[in-house]
Amino acid sequence: MADHFTKGMARNIYYGGSFSVFLLLLGLTYNTMLELPKRDHRENITAAVIMGKRVWENNDCIGCHSLMGEGAYYAPELANVFDRRGGGDVVAFKGFMQGWMAAQPIPATARRKMPQFNLSPEEVDAVAEFLIWTSRINDNGWPPNIEG
Amino acid sequence: MKFKSQRVAKPYFIVAIALFAGQVLFGLLMGMQYINGDFLFPEIPFNVARMVHTNLLIVWLLFGFMGASYYLVPEESDIELHSPLLARVMLWVFTAAGVATILGYLLVPYAKLAELTHNELLPTMGREFLEQPTITKIGIVIVCLSFVYNIGMTILKGRKTVINMILITGLIGLAVFFLFSFYNPVILTVDKFFWWWVVHLWVEGVWELILAAILAFVLIKVTGVDREIIEKWLYVIVAMALISGLIGMGHHYFWIGPGKYWLWLGSVFSVLEPLPFFMMVVFAFKMVKQRRHQHQNQIATTWALGTAVMSFLGAGVWGFLHTLAPINYYTHGSQITAAHGHLAFFGAYVMVVLTIISYAMPIMRGRPQGNSIIAQRLETAAFWVMCLSMFGITLALTVAGAWQIALQRLPDAGEALGFISTQEKIVPVYWVREFLGGVFFIGLLIYISSFFVGETDRVAEPDPLILTG
Repeated sequence: MADHFTKGMARNIYYGGSFSVFLLLLGLTYNTMLELPKRDHRENITAAVIMGKRVWENNDCIGCHSLMGEGAYYAPELANVFDRRGGGDVVAFKGFMQGWMAAQPIPATARRKMPQFNLSPEEVDAVAEFLIWTSRINDNGWPPNIEG
Repeated sequence: MKFKSQRVAKPYFIVAIALFAGQVLFGLLMGMQYINGDFLFPEIPFNVARMVHTNLLIVWLLFGFMGASYYLVPEESDIELHSPLLARVMLWVFTAAGVATILGYLLVPYAKLAELTHNELLPTMGREFLEQPTITKIGIVIVCLSFVYNIGMTILKGRKTVINMILITGLIGLAVFFLFSFYNPVILTVDKFFWWWVVHLWVEGVWELILAAILAFVLIKVTGVDREIIEKWLYVIVAMALISGLIGMGHHYFWIGPGKYWLWLGSVFSVLEPLPFFMMVVFAFKMVKQRRHQHQNQIATTWALGTAVMSFLGAGVWGFLHTLAPINYYTHGSQITAAHGHLAFFGAYVMVVLTIISYAMPIMRGRPQGNSIIAQRLETAAFWVMCLSMFGITLALTVAGAWQIALQRLPDAGEALGFISTQEKIVPVYWVREFLGGVFFIGLLIYISSFFVGETDRVAEPDPLILTG
């Protein structure tokens, strides 16, 4: 690099630049935290939604599935499964979930397998509630279509 | 070797390479399950294999960073390590905790592991990459804190070089941002927002400081170029990394709840993210060109140049490929993400750890001018086999991702193929990936074997067969 650009100047860019940008990140984070409640409708989080998130985590569902596009890419996206498999109908979706979870693993040769998690009907219902709440988060219109 | 205490790095490197081999084996297993869902099911379900694969990666890279720091900080500080004993104790604590956690994943169902480790007291489990039981996370914090303390005290007592300062900033950042793994609110959007404060601020933030510091150290050693010049480059590279990367985190906030302005911020700042990696390529090649002496450990120089190039490709080019919001709308959570993840992690972090191992290990084994020619030739072969096969894996996954998007996401709802049907169509590409994964594993075996050959030969002249750029 040119001689008139000294190490001192480089150091100032490093400390000054990163510190300023980190402050900007903190500001944006604060703003996002104010904005988020309007976008995720957390007022609709019930005891069942909370329980559903715990069941989701305790069985490492994210190890195969993605949720809002994050996680593993081995099994279908689930943030919109309420719309895909339940047609947006709560009763239909919950019925589907009970049947689907009980039927695992599906005995089709070479098909990707979901283990049998032996969840109670109440736990399956909680996961359904969690996925229904998740499907209603304003996610800037992702995914492109219902297939996820 | 200038200081006796640098030698504590050696077992860290050995454990790192052993875990690396385990990581690749589980990768091969997952690759088979992508082709045939019955493979090793239900003995090792996919999610378990994936946890083992990704957690081993993180842990062995941490072992690598620790070994690198224990090796280079005493030399940079011009003083013995503060406490070699603490470093040795923590090696065993970390190894034991790591092995116990992996065995936990493999031997009991995950829900049982959550129950046994009382996850309900402080629920932190079941989130991608942060699957470790809470007790393991606490262990990681203890190991990291005593490591940062040991390195920090050494630097405080000794020379505060630019490499030291940037490395310790990176290490402190690593420890601090990991604390966000304990924050798991019931509100998914907030959970996801701060999950990235561990994951993104590690790999696209503070880890880049660690990477740049290690690379600069090795370049000083193998080229003999004036420290002043290298330090100036180092400052600019890490400045660019943080300035682009901190707000560049916005590219993860497009579709998980945060507002629309992140679409712009994330796109604009992450367009800048390839810049520090590009500068690293220019920097590495320039330093090697201006070298004052020909170090006879030529393969270490090759690794250093390779790190710059492959991290630019993986993190820079493959990151840029899908970082703009209108493109990411279609690629988000597809095999494109997996393609980028593989080349970025390999090119940047795997390779920088192999670079410092390649430089430091021969010295710790009493060969200050590098391994024998035969060992270096083997290591060079391993370098090319691993780099090319990982590049091939990335190309295969990119094709898989593009195909997936074309079948599943681009068509209108009625015509789009479902997820599972799409994946079944892509199976031929997954065969290619699996084959190249096998080639990568062979490369790794060649690499490991290079440690065990030519022990009696000496390095004589620079070898024209070993490419150093």
